[in-house]
Amino acid sequence: MGTTPAPQLNDGDISWVLASSALVLAMTAPGLALFYGGMVRRKNVNSILMQCFMCLAIVSVLWVVIGYSLAFGPGHGWLGQFVGGLDWFMLHNVSMYTPEHWTSDPKWDPTTSYGSTVPNQCYMIFQCMFAVITPALVIGSFAERVKFSAWVWFTVLWLLVVYCPVAHMVWSHDGIENHWGVLDFAGGTVVHMNAGIAGLATALYLGKRLGTDKPGMHNVPFVMIGASLLWFGWFGFNAGSAISAGALATSAFVVTNTATAAAAISWAACEWIFTGKPTLVGACSGAVAGLVAITPASGFVDVGGSLWIGFLVSVFCYCMVAFVKPKFGYDDTLDAFGVHYIGGLWGALATGLFAVKVVNSAGSGVFDGNAGQFMTQAKGCAVTTIYTFIVTLIICFIIDKTIGMRASAEDEVIGLDLSQHHERAYTILD
Amino acid sequence: MKLVIAIVQPYKLDDVKQELYAANVNLITVSEVLGHGRQVGVDEYYRGVKETGNLLRKVQIEIAVNEDFVEPTIKAIIKGARTGKIGDGKIFVLDLPRCIRIRTGEEGSKAIG
Repeated sequence: MGTTPAPQLNDGDISWVLASSALVLAMTAPGLALFYGGMVRRKNVNSILMQCFMCLAIVSVLWVVIGYSLAFGPGHGWLGQFVGGLDWFMLHNVSMYTPEHWTSDPKWDPTTSYGSTVPNQCYMIFQCMFAVITPALVIGSFAERVKFSAWVWFTVLWLLVVYCPVAHMVWSHDGIENHWGVLDFAGGTVVHMNAGIAGLATALYLGKRLGTDKPGMHNVPFVMIGASLLWFGWFGFNAGSAISAGALATSAFVVTNTATAAAAISWAACEWIFTGKPTLVGACSGAVAGLVAITPASGFVDVGGSLWIGFLVSVFCYCMVAFVKPKFGYDDTLDAFGVHYIGGLWGALATGLFAVKVVNSAGSGVFDGNAGQFMTQAKGCAVTTIYTFIVTLIICFIIDKTIGMRASAEDEVIGLDLSQHHERAYTILD
Repeated sequence: MKLVIAIVQPYKLDDVKQELYAANVNLITVSEVLGHGRQVGVDEYYRGVKETGNLLRKVQIEIAVNEDFVEPTIKAIIKGARTGKIGDGKIFVLDLPRCIRIRTGEEGSKAIG
């Protein structure tokens, strides 16, 4: 028993974080699933929905057994700044708060370790949904050509070897990037850059799909429904990351909505300027790019910063997918790299520019008189980029040399729905 | 005049179109069809119950041509659609007794091109 008073749980905070967890769940399934599903050819739509749905199931189990401990549990020794130990295996001691478990070191008290007014288990399930959506985002890069069995192994390995350490480095108390002072409010580095660069690695490793390197958009209304659900769920993602229901959550909610709206407008404007007409898929892509970019900044910037972040992210992402990708010729099927990495990178760097102390005393950026923050952000981005890119390639190599990563040419031609799942999404006849 | 009907793999449609354009055959009608020949369909499952004999998606191309163009059209389709594997499809050539252009009322060879 310690001498400091036990923390007070706050019902309002707990309610908001639990509700946010459910909102973030809806981002993966059905949000992301429909957003991606609409963008593939219809012979592959089930494979996307299945992967997103099973990602939710697989990661949910992995997370309570070992993932949360690796990502957020206390680390040991030198390795502790990169990955957590197994102290919280099977959520050991990650309990609902009970006063008799209170110890004097609130930082590592297993009952209330993150967020002083919610139980650790509440934070755990909120973070579970982040761990779910990150490998699901990667699906966009290798869509339409990976065996389901290979995808299962990829997701398991990638979660444990890439996601957990990256989350630990940025967010845990003893993480190395956390000590550097890298600001990442809701996962611009951990979730979006991480998934985007992993996507690029898989796309490069696998090569192009047979006979096409263009999206085979089969259901644009799905894309719009998916993007709207992402926008909806993202309020949990960003405003929930305040781990409280106060002013900070409100501010994060407002800047999230603002940046997203600005990005939808500017993507549509880019299309209007470069190709003559704005498209629905373009507006949706812009909104998602805006959501990605505001994610790391959402707890640190004011409305002015969020408008800059939103309006500019679509310009960068549009240039990436419309001009740069065709030049290099890699087949990032649904632009997980082009939107999530580039958007996440801009958001992470922009956090270093636009963060203001008025919003959150924890961070200030270049325009708030803290010139060093930009380089700190850049350093954090570099670590995630290099680590994830290399390790993802290694995972691809291991899976490819053992069970094979890519579907056979015949299976790919027939479509992954029939070849991997014996189930098609649509019929032509009854 | 002949009517050339080809049933090909959906993903080979673009290749076939390119070959047809190269052979100066520019007028085609394309529809989506279901079927299978020797390449039997893939079984589907519904909650553990097998449903056999399902049909595969194919693309049907219809081209009406004058006699001079019959062979070039067939060659172009084969060149575009052949992979050498079961499921590449078939080409049927039928006699075409009449052809009328709706806009002008022209008949026969003139109306085809």
